[in-house]
Amino acid sequence: MRYLLPHPALSAMLLIVWVLMANTVSAGVVVMGALFAVVLPKFTQPFWPDRPRMRFGRTLLSYLAIVLFDIVVANFQVAWLILFRRNRDLRAHWLVVPIDLTTPEAITMLAGTISLTPGTVSSDVSADGRHLLVHALDVADPAREIARIKTRYEARLQRVFA
Amino acid sequence: MNVVAEVIVTALLLLGAGFVLIGSWGLVRLPTTMERLHGPTKATTLGLGALLLASVTCFYARFGMGTAHELLISLFLFITAPISANMIAKVHLHRVRIGAIAEPDSIAGAPPRPSDDADWATFEAPRRHTPSSTANT
Repeated sequence: MRYLLPHPALSAMLLIVWVLMANTVSAGVVVMGALFAVVLPKFTQPFWPDRPRMRFGRTLLSYLAIVLFDIVVANFQVAWLILFRRNRDLRAHWLVVPIDLTTPEAITMLAGTISLTPGTVSSDVSADGRHLLVHALDVADPAREIARIKTRYEARLQRVFA
Repeated sequence: MNVVAEVIVTALLLLGAGFVLIGSWGLVRLPTTMERLHGPTKATTLGLGALLLASVTCFYARFGMGTAHELLISLFLFITAPISANMIAKVHLHRVRIGAIAEPDSIAGAPPRPSDDADWATFEAPRRHTPSSTANT
């Protein structure tokens, strides 16, 4: 099984995306998707030499739910700032967020989450991979915003990539 | 299409169009590139989400068929929006550092250094055997 499906999550993802692309669930589509699900991970194996273990299930689902909720909230906040806040009243800050996550995949997920959620865009990672540079559009207290990112997203991601 | 579905689709379309408009307006009126990035990465995600939901509802109510393409579009959007924002931010920081543009980094000033011994990956090559390098093996 390990030999046939070296990366089960990637296989499942390929099959699901293929069926969604075809927009119908018929035998032909599923067979084609299954073929891709077996062949593509085998060929791309050299691309992910030491991929991290991920926990799918409750931890990942609750993380995604929180992020989705925050995206909706973020949209209203940013829309409000754009419409009603004068430029000189914007309290923009650079945040340097120290990261405890150790794998590139987990850091990428954290950076993506930061970009999609309230008033923050992740701009860069430090050369030693231990800090993220985040630009915040309007924060009153930078230290509290950093703490919020760490407890709300990073702590949860640490459990997903355990 | 019955009236309820029509009302839902119309409301979603208006909400979506409104948010996309606000996002674009943010792109125009915010002061520097770093602030402008906030408009399209956020206000437009919900706008597009609402438009896609309207599309799903419309096809379901009118032709009785569920479509899944909208789900894929939003998935790709969630993947591409942060990456393009990240690329634009890095290019902007770099252009400011080499003096290619006169505009400031951000209204917050120049970004602080992460620590004493390392700079940001835009200015210094990612170090091997750290999470910021992809050339570890």
